[in-house]
Amino acid sequence: MGHSRFGDRSDVNLSELAFEAIQPSLEKSELTAKEIPYMALGSMGVWSEEPLPAVVIAEYCGLTGAGLVRCEAACASGSAAAFNAYSAVRSGQMDSALVVGVEKMKQIDTPTVLEIIGRAGYYMWEFENFGMTFPAYYAVHAVQHMAKYGTTEEDLALVAVKNHRYGAMNSLAHLQQEITVEKVLNSSVIAWPLKLYDCCPITDGSAAVVLASEKKAKELGVEDPVWIEAMGVASDTANLSKRETYVGLEASVRASRMAYRMAGISPKDVDVATVHDCFTIAEVMAYEDLGFCEKGEGARMVREGETEVGGRIPVNVDGGLKAKGHPIGTTGVSMLAELTKQLREEVKPSRQAPMKNYTALAHNTGGTGHYGYVTILRR
Amino acid sequence: MDKPLSLKSARTLQITYNLPISRTSKFWEGLKEGKVYATTCQKCGMLHFPPVADCGNCGLSNVKWTELDGEGEIVTFTQVFVKPASFSKEPSYIVAIARLKEGVKALAWLTGIKREDVKVGMKVKLVARVTSDGRATYEFIPV
Ligand SMILES: [Zn+2]
Repeated sequence: MGHSRFGDRSDVNLSELAFEAIQPSLEKSELTAKEIPYMALGSMGVWSEEPLPAVVIAEYCGLTGAGLVRCEAACASGSAAAFNAYSAVRSGQMDSALVVGVEKMKQIDTPTVLEIIGRAGYYMWEFENFGMTFPAYYAVHAVQHMAKYGTTEEDLALVAVKNHRYGAMNSLAHLQQEITVEKVLNSSVIAWPLKLYDCCPITDGSAAVVLASEKKAKELGVEDPVWIEAMGVASDTANLSKRETYVGLEASVRASRMAYRMAGISPKDVDVATVHDCFTIAEVMAYEDLGFCEKGEGARMVREGETEVGGRIPVNVDGGLKAKGHPIGTTGVSMLAELTKQLREEVKPSRQAPMKNYTALAHNTGGTGHYGYVTILRR
Repeated sequence: MDKPLSLKSARTLQITYNLPISRTSKFWEGLKEGKVYATTCQKCGMLHFPPVADCGNCGLSNVKWTELDGEGEIVTFTQVFVKPASFSKEPSYIVAIARLKEGVKALAWLTGIKREDVKVGMKVKLVARVTSDGRATYEFIPV
């Protein structure tokens, strides 16, 4: 796999950024670009100028001729691309496939980025007249979670503090400085009760992984393969108003149960997880939705350090979307790259999760739980 | 590090969508008459808000228009401070989701109240409104 440095990457264009992830992933897999039969790309685009990014990137990276697709599942576009490529390999149609995520969000101004993401719900009923924003969609969840379970703004701040601590240990992360609860609580309000430091930054970045069938992996002599055991997929209504509650994301519940069933495991078998913490409340809800704890217990998990290295189940010890950054279509692929390194015990000891079962979970949601993807990896 | 170099693109793209409302025109006309309509499926009986012309629950395209009373209770809410580009001229706004007494929920702005005074469970009314620039919309107001 390959992974670019995340951040403001105005120093490169879309194809150059994709190359930073694709080239190392090919080198490590012993495959050349010409030998890749298929590439699935996760990318939302709009903020960058190319409407056919898969084609442009394939040409730039020497992949022309391979089958190509660009997948859209909002913030889970990377996982959608992974599912697409995984299905192609799993079905026997392809013996290998490249999964790429790339996003260049810093080529336009911030209000326009908010405009584009804010439209990513049900445009007609939530944006046209009401101007919902991405933080606002999650803020309504925070308000109900706080009202129902007593979760506090301080609890949410603790999620940011934890993820910034690990982001500071990750040389590829966008935000590499530690923060305090006071700094989060005193930051400007974006969509009440969510403040600046409750929100992931706007980030450029790319990631890539090569998938291969068991037969192809043997042929290539891959020494330390990491296997996709299962991918669960689900969705929820476009209109938030059509949902039963706002204390969790049903698509995460459904996708994770599907993945656990397919992999034959339960949440307690997971050694390390990356969850979709686009906002601090999203990480708290993810603990609950993925079955790491009971509903309403998410804030307690972070308060008691259960999701830190050395805790019951380390979560987002790469900094998460919160500190590593969230280049929309890249995130799902970045999670697979990070968990592959975790499973191979290749990350800095200070943020390496101890491995018992060599089992990792990636949770990637698109929109506000509009799309749900949960992937189980095993070494 | 040197300041990154970029070209300012010479090409600009401005998009304004036409939003088709032929099949839900009664809803938009209703707003101008001070009424908020939902649709009810004639086969399965499901009440739909926002209104639809086709019932996704049973597949029937024969719905009837039902005026909503508007009485409801706040389920959750937020106040948007950092706004999208096209809302930049609006003052900070409160968006609420409320359950209406008919059973459906709605998402709309909550006006005429400060955010500090809004509580989950608070009674509100969903009302039609025509904006100063002639746009038909709907909003919650405290009761
Ligand atoms: Zn029906």
